[in-house]
Amino acid sequence: MTLETKPRPAPAPPRTGNRRVSAALHRSPRLRLAGLLTAPAAWLILVYIAALAALLITALWTVDTFTGKVSTTWTFDNILTVTTDPVYQAITLRTLRIAVVVTLIDMVIALPIAFFIAKVADKRWEKLLIVAVLMPLWASYLVKAYAWRNVLAEGGLLEWLGAPVGVNSPGYSETAVVLTLAYIWLPYMILPLHAGFERVPDSLIEASGDLGAKPLATLRLVILPILVPSIIAGTIFTFSLSLGDYITAQIVGGTTQMLGTVVYANVGAANNLPLAAAVAFIPIAIIMIYLFVVRRTGALNNL
Amino acid sequence: MKLSRSAKTILGVITGLILLFIYLPLLLVVVNSFNADRTFGWPPRSFTLEWWSRAVASEGVRDALATSVQVAVISTIISLILGTLLALALQRYSFFGRDVINLLVILPIALPGIVTGIALNNLFTTVLGVPLNLWTVIVAHATFCMVTVFNNAIARLRRINGSLEEASADLGAGVFTTFVLVTLPQLRSALLAGGLLAFALSFDEIIVTTFTIGAGQQTLPVWILSNLFRPNQAPVVNVVAVILIVVSIVPIWLAQRLSSDSVAGTGAPGIGRGKMKKAKVSSAP
Repeated sequence: MTLETKPRPAPAPPRTGNRRVSAALHRSPRLRLAGLLTAPAAWLILVYIAALAALLITALWTVDTFTGKVSTTWTFDNILTVTTDPVYQAITLRTLRIAVVVTLIDMVIALPIAFFIAKVADKRWEKLLIVAVLMPLWASYLVKAYAWRNVLAEGGLLEWLGAPVGVNSPGYSETAVVLTLAYIWLPYMILPLHAGFERVPDSLIEASGDLGAKPLATLRLVILPILVPSIIAGTIFTFSLSLGDYITAQIVGGTTQMLGTVVYANVGAANNLPLAAAVAFIPIAIIMIYLFVVRRTGALNNL
Repeated sequence: MKLSRSAKTILGVITGLILLFIYLPLLLVVVNSFNADRTFGWPPRSFTLEWWSRAVASEGVRDALATSVQVAVISTIISLILGTLLALALQRYSFFGRDVINLLVILPIALPGIVTGIALNNLFTTVLGVPLNLWTVIVAHATFCMVTVFNNAIARLRRINGSLEEASADLGAGVFTTFVLVTLPQLRSALLAGGLLAFALSFDEIIVTTFTIGAGQQTLPVWILSNLFRPNQAPVVNVVAVILIVVSIVPIWLAQRLSSDSVAGTGAPGIGRGKMKKAKVSSAP
C-alpha cells in the first residue's frame, strides 16, 4: 500500500544483483507479497495444518500389536472405543464436570473483583489493579500448579490456615484439581469481565438509579444483560483450557484421570498414538459444540 | 452507580482477598525455597540457603537451564523473522486467504496445548519419522511463539506512517535499503517486546514440550516435572520454580514497558499461552 508510486528516474544505480532484485521487487507488489508471505505461510501450513490433518487421519489408523508401530490400516475402532467404552465415558464426564465447576468458581470470584476494578476503584488504582491481576497470569503454568502442591501439602499452608476454622486440606484429589485449575485460569475470566464492565456506560447506570432502581436491580436488569457476551467469552477460556489439562491433574490430582491424562499416557507409556489422537478429539469436539452454541450471543467477537 | 459506603468497602475487601488468593501460592513457593523443612511444613521452623546452593551446584539443573535458554533463543529468532514477515504481508497487502492466514497464526496458541502437542508429536514421529530431539521442540515453540511477534509488529505497523517509506523510495533507496534504514528502526521496540514475550512463552512452556522433546533431554520445566515426585529433590524443585517465576516475569515486565507507548498495549500484555485475545479484550475502551 505504501510503495505504489511509479518508479521515478533516479540517478542510475550500479547494476549489482542486489540492486536488480530490489528493482524487480519495487516494480511488482505481487512479488513483494510473495517474498514476505512464503516463509511464514509455508511454516504454518507445513508444520501446523499438516500436523492437525495428520492427527485426524492417525485417529483412523491402528497400532500393530507385535511391532508397536503405527500401521496404516483404516478403522473406526479408536473412535468407537473412546465414544462407547464406559471407562472413556467416565473420564469424559469427569473432565467435563471439572471444567464446568472450575468455570463456575471463576465466574463467582471474577465478578466482584472485575466490577470493583472497572466501576468502583478510582482511575489511578484501576491501572495498578489490572497489572496486579495480569502479572501472575504470566508466571509459568507449571509453577502455579506446583505452588498449589505446596499449599495443599500435608501439614502445609492450607491445613494451617484451615485448622482454626475446622477446614481440612482436600489432599491431592479431584477437589484439588478443581481448586488449582480455578486458580490458574482466574485471570482469563477477570480480564474479559473487566472489559465488559468497562463497556457499560455510566450514564445508563445513573439513569437506572434516577428511575429508582436499587443497586442490585440495576446490576440484574441493566448491567448483567450487557455483560453476558463477556461472561461467555471468559467461560470459553476457563472451560476449554480446563478440558485440555493433564499437568495439573498429574501434580495435585492424586489418581484423578482427565482426558489429557489418557492422551499423554497413550502417547508415552501405552504407545498407542491412534487411540491418543482419537481421545484428543473429544475435547476438540466439546469445545466446537460449545463455541457453536454460544456463537449467537456475540461472545466470539469478545474474544 | 450510587453504592453505599459500606457496599464499596465490602467490594474493596473482597478484591483484596482475591488478590491475596492470587499471590499467596506464588509467595509460598518463594518462602518454601528457603524453608528448612523438606516437606513444606507450615509455618516454617527455620530457614536455610542449602537448597539454593544445591540447585546452583546441581548439574541437572544447570544443563536444563542451558537447554531452556538454547531452545528459547533459537525459537525466538525464528519467530522474530517469521512473525515480522507475516505482519508486513498481512498489514500491507490484501489478498485472497488473508483472513485464513490471520486465523492460522492464532490457532497454535488458541487450541489447548495438548492438541498442539499431540498433533506435532504425531507429525514428527509417525508422519515424518524423525526422532524427537531439541530441534523438534524448537520447531514446536517457534510455531506458537510467532503470534507474539506478529501481534506486536502488526500493531506497530498500523500506526507508522507509510509516507516515510515512499520518501525513501523517491530518494532512490531500494526495497531492502528502505526496510533496513526506515521501516526496521520504527519497528525496533515492538519487535523487542514481541521477542521478549516469545522468549518467556518458550522458556516456561511445558505441555507441548513434553510431547516433542527427545528421551533424556530436559528443559527447566521438564526438569521440574520429572523431579517433582522425588521427595529428596523437592526442596531444589522449589528453587527452580522461583527461578522460573523470575525468568518468565522479568521479560514480560520489560515487554510491557516497551510497548506501553503502543495503543492501549495491543499485543504485549495479553499474549499468554492460549490467550492473546485477552489483550484485545482488556484494552477495549
